[in-house]
Amino acid sequence: MALPKRMNPSSVTSAAKHKAEVFSSSASLKEMEALARRIRRHIVTMIGKAGSGHPGGSLSAVEIVSTLYFRILKHKPQDPQWADRDRFILSKGHAAPLLYTVLAECGYFPVAELATLRQLDSRLQGHTDRNLTPGVEMSAGALGQGLSFAIGVALAGRLNAQSYHVYVLLGDGECNEGQVWEAAMAAAHFKVDNLTAIVDRNRLQLDGWCCEVMDSEPFAQKWRFFGWQVIEVNGHDFTQLGRAFSRARKIKGKPTVIIAHTTKGKGVSFMENNPDFHGKAPTAEEVEMALRELA
Amino acid sequence: MTEAVSLREAYGKTLVELGRENPDIVMLDADLCRSTMTQFFAGEFPERSFDCGIAEQNMIGIAAGLAAAGKIPFASTFAVFVPGRSYDQIRMSIAQPGLNVKLVTTHGGITVGEDGTSHQSVEDLVLITSFPGFTVIVPADAIETVQAVRAAAINCGPFYIRLPRPKLPLVYDRSYRFQLGKAVTLKQGGEATIIAIGVMVTAALEAAANLKRGGIDCRVLNMPTLKPIDKAAIIAATETGAIVTAEEHLEHGGLGSAVARVVARHHPVPIEFVAIKDTYAKSGKPGQLLERYGLTAKDIEQAVRTVLKKKGG
Repeated sequence: MALPKRMNPSSVTSAAKHKAEVFSSSASLKEMEALARRIRRHIVTMIGKAGSGHPGGSLSAVEIVSTLYFRILKHKPQDPQWADRDRFILSKGHAAPLLYTVLAECGYFPVAELATLRQLDSRLQGHTDRNLTPGVEMSAGALGQGLSFAIGVALAGRLNAQSYHVYVLLGDGECNEGQVWEAAMAAAHFKVDNLTAIVDRNRLQLDGWCCEVMDSEPFAQKWRFFGWQVIEVNGHDFTQLGRAFSRARKIKGKPTVIIAHTTKGKGVSFMENNPDFHGKAPTAEEVEMALRELA
Repeated sequence: MTEAVSLREAYGKTLVELGRENPDIVMLDADLCRSTMTQFFAGEFPERSFDCGIAEQNMIGIAAGLAAAGKIPFASTFAVFVPGRSYDQIRMSIAQPGLNVKLVTTHGGITVGEDGTSHQSVEDLVLITSFPGFTVIVPADAIETVQAVRAAAINCGPFYIRLPRPKLPLVYDRSYRFQLGKAVTLKQGGEATIIAIGVMVTAALEAAANLKRGGIDCRVLNMPTLKPIDKAAIIAATETGAIVTAEEHLEHGGLGSAVARVVARHHPVPIEFVAIKDTYAKSGKPGQLLERYGLTAKDIEQAVRTVLKKKGG
């Protein structure tokens, strides 16, 4: 093992990065819906090809993540390390196929690369790796860690008087983890208001319905009692999501959680509300059936 | 014997100096600011201090996020909680991405004393050295602590520094220059080499002095950087034909294991291990515990005599 590197205080910004532009999209609602279908087709196809992966929790959060990247976040796909970018942290790291697809659709890397998911030497690991994939902020997959990480990123922004906002997506099953509630307490305590958490409330986890595996109701109430502003939306409705994100950004003095009610496996009839597809790849025939439904 | 000086206090004061020098230094603690001595930093830089309460896993995650956004976080608590209670958080939030987080823990080993098993970290070094990319330092005195903390601040990547609760006699004087990844020869000698770390360095020097009076001339190395370990110094020590390691940690996976790996690969010589033998300790005064669990100068002397019997002709 080599000794660590001395830190270099001067960072050279390349000319290419200077030219990188802030991503903008004028996609209409219809175009966003078409985009969501395309993202879902990619998710099903790439997981099918990989032969393993987590389709259910990727499909449930398509509208959440695409709204963020296409309508809310200030980001530069050609300069993923842009210091003033808004950050999106995927805490439920098993939804990596969704994040990869949205990043590719934004231009962080070629869409064709999605076909390499989970292959040896691919930049697209089974769960996210911040050192490998352009645009990925956190190495996730061990559930429960993203909210804490997001608080750190948000606190740094506050200390630096930077105006970026931090978004972090959690699963509702993930909220079984005690660390989530340690972090929930801390975010309110530190009054981290440049942070918005989104919970993909699809009500299913690997072993079955959340309420049967580990009942977390009253869920919204828990967040309120932990000191958070709570907004509940239909997590498949672009308009509701957009409004909620705008509102969240204006709330000062406390963090906001958007509880996005979703359907696990959304868009593919035989995956919807089916815990079998939490962590199972579709067969070739199932991919065909899914793609027909998502055409 | 020189006066005993607190390593924790040395850390706390150095952190304040670093905070004055670099606005990116931030501090996290888990409701132990008064024990880890991060309280000095909190007093001077309240806006850069984050007491996370009794929630170590969350503290690790926040530290990782701060580092990802360019800060240099120093996170502290007792060595029994970091890495023990936050192993997976360190693994995925810090070690895997190689983030620039500095974990400085106090109350390492059994010299915590009366608080007993729940507060005695005897496995922290095996846990933390298991992470790829971590630099692990166990200073032997306050002077080495100051320099180790400074080295952590200016070198990029994850660091773990383990400090004890009790004050320790100074091993070094002000002219000492700590070098990351380098062992320090404290005493020359040709018949065997004692390689010690942390609290055990003073005991090693005492043992070597006693042995010398009995006609056995030992080399004594301090190995402050446990990872990456100074292979060259260990390989050079094999010329003495016998090695004894001494550490306030389980025999499994600490200094002894690291030295044995190097020795076995490059130049096998007999080794004896002065360490805690596959057990947990109990409440007691630090000195009583060191005696009960075989971590005194006498134990090192005995180990040298044992290893010399195995030494080849």
